[in-house]
Amino acid sequence: MTPESASLGGRPAQSRAPRRRRAVRRVAWWFLAPALAIYVLVIVYPMLAGIWYAFTDWNGLDPDYRFVGLANFRRLAGDPQAVSSLKMTFVFAIAIALLQNLFGLALALALNERLRLRDPLRLLFFMPVVLTPLIISFLWKYIFSTQGPLNTVLAMAGLGAWQLSWLGDPMPAVASIVIATLWQSVGLAMVIYLAGLQSIPAELTEAARLDGAGPWQVLRFVTLPMLAPAMTVTIVNSLITSLKLFDQIYVLTGGGPGYATETMSTLIYKTAFTFAETGYGSAISVVFTFAVAAVVLAALHVLRRREFEHG
Amino acid sequence: MARARGFALRAALLETGMLLTGVVFAFPLYLLLTLALKPQSSWASDPLGLPTQLFFGNVTAAWTQAHLASAMLTSALVVVASTVILVVLGALAAYWIARRVGRLSYGVYLFFIAGMILPFQLALIPLYSTMRELGLLGSPASLILFYPGLKLPLTIFLYAGFIRSLSRSYEEAASMDGANQWQVFWHVVLPMMRPITGTVVILNGVFIWNDFLTPLLYLSGSRWATLPVVIYTFVGQESGDMGLVFGGLLVAMTPVLIAFFVLQRHMIKGFAGGLKG
Repeated sequence: MTPESASLGGRPAQSRAPRRRRAVRRVAWWFLAPALAIYVLVIVYPMLAGIWYAFTDWNGLDPDYRFVGLANFRRLAGDPQAVSSLKMTFVFAIAIALLQNLFGLALALALNERLRLRDPLRLLFFMPVVLTPLIISFLWKYIFSTQGPLNTVLAMAGLGAWQLSWLGDPMPAVASIVIATLWQSVGLAMVIYLAGLQSIPAELTEAARLDGAGPWQVLRFVTLPMLAPAMTVTIVNSLITSLKLFDQIYVLTGGGPGYATETMSTLIYKTAFTFAETGYGSAISVVFTFAVAAVVLAALHVLRRREFEHG
Repeated sequence: MARARGFALRAALLETGMLLTGVVFAFPLYLLLTLALKPQSSWASDPLGLPTQLFFGNVTAAWTQAHLASAMLTSALVVVASTVILVVLGALAAYWIARRVGRLSYGVYLFFIAGMILPFQLALIPLYSTMRELGLLGSPASLILFYPGLKLPLTIFLYAGFIRSLSRSYEEAASMDGANQWQVFWHVVLPMMRPITGTVVILNGVFIWNDFLTPLLYLSGSRWATLPVVIYTFVGQESGDMGLVFGGLLVAMTPVLIAFFVLQRHMIKGFAGGLKG
């Protein structure tokens, strides 16, 4: 850092002053300008506009709308469907993030061993990650249907008591959405953990073994601590993705039965676009945005500290 | 000896366990494939078996009835155009961010990174009215404008991290030889970024190809609908004929499957490495 830029705190107007000849001149503003313009136009400005609409009764079409203060937020707090959606957003996100990491780690540990089927199995578990969630959701919708393959298999296995109305009852519907989402995301956690496992030096686990550590102790005291950065990445990434979960819920249950599987994403879509309540939909989006930011930043904080403690 | 036998037993158990897990995991794909290639009249009597003979009626009927060819072309157009814009603008901006030192460039960096965390739903509602006012609803241009904005945060995050790891000496040498900034960027920096550009293209391309909510809002009902929207409408209309539906699902999945098998190693590397800072 040059002395000038340090003392000026990088203010742009004066930062073109350096007299010292530099091998490479400062990169010009126009490198940044187009990206900044698109980002502001498409994401930042609409977000700020959305915050403004949250305080109005706009219906999305009328040029006339009124500023209504906190009315939309008060309505949200008293709306059992909105409160339940907020809760279910977290239920789905936490369930998916935990299970995706647990299963992803287990698969990575198993497929880090020298198995004959290692490569084809890695490919199989990863493949659904790139498949279109909308298409896969229709497949799962059929699998979970009352006369569908899942209930058929259960009957054949003599598990008739487990035949459920998978998408018609609240608890099975939540489980079905979690299963369908996990099927498409567990491979992502697996490949990140596999990359992490491959970066652990073999001497380290070897040394622990020579010191008399059993397989569980090696896992607990060597492998898992060394995987802490990979864990931060996968947990934060799966929280961000699953908090915004839309396609799977929209196709599998449409938020039902009742509003048992409604989340903020599906509720915002319905409110703003099906019922044309732009103002109220924006208020839900504002709450959603703050909730997501709070959860992700908290998770990052906790996980980063954990990484640090483990050195 | 006993220890060696213990290892062999453990390996055999693990191998069998993983094989069973794989079979269960592959079941949905097996169903999609077998049901799509059987006439629906045989589904009830044989819901889980292999087709006795391959039947392509579902697949061909879905291909023509759902106009899947034109949907795939639209999707490809949106993916290619958006990804090219992302690569060029993202690399330029990341170069600016990574090669400037000081609080300003760090602030700009954080300003972009925030977009990776915050949900875009809040922007979606006002943007819908803006697109309508601009006359872009029903046009793929709306998506080609939207996706670069949405995915610049991830793209800049990837590029900036990579550029910071590159030595400046090549840029300095080119600059001493009289190259201007644009020439340094285009002839020196961009070629060095090829590995991370692969990751940028794969992560963004797969996301854009698969995305459903935004094209549902901006393009549904138009003749420019992307593949997921066309499939959504098709399944809604044909839900009485599940054979046809499964034919459509199978055809719609084929392009991604082909891309996956051609690029499998790059895809896995991109997804495994691209997400970590």
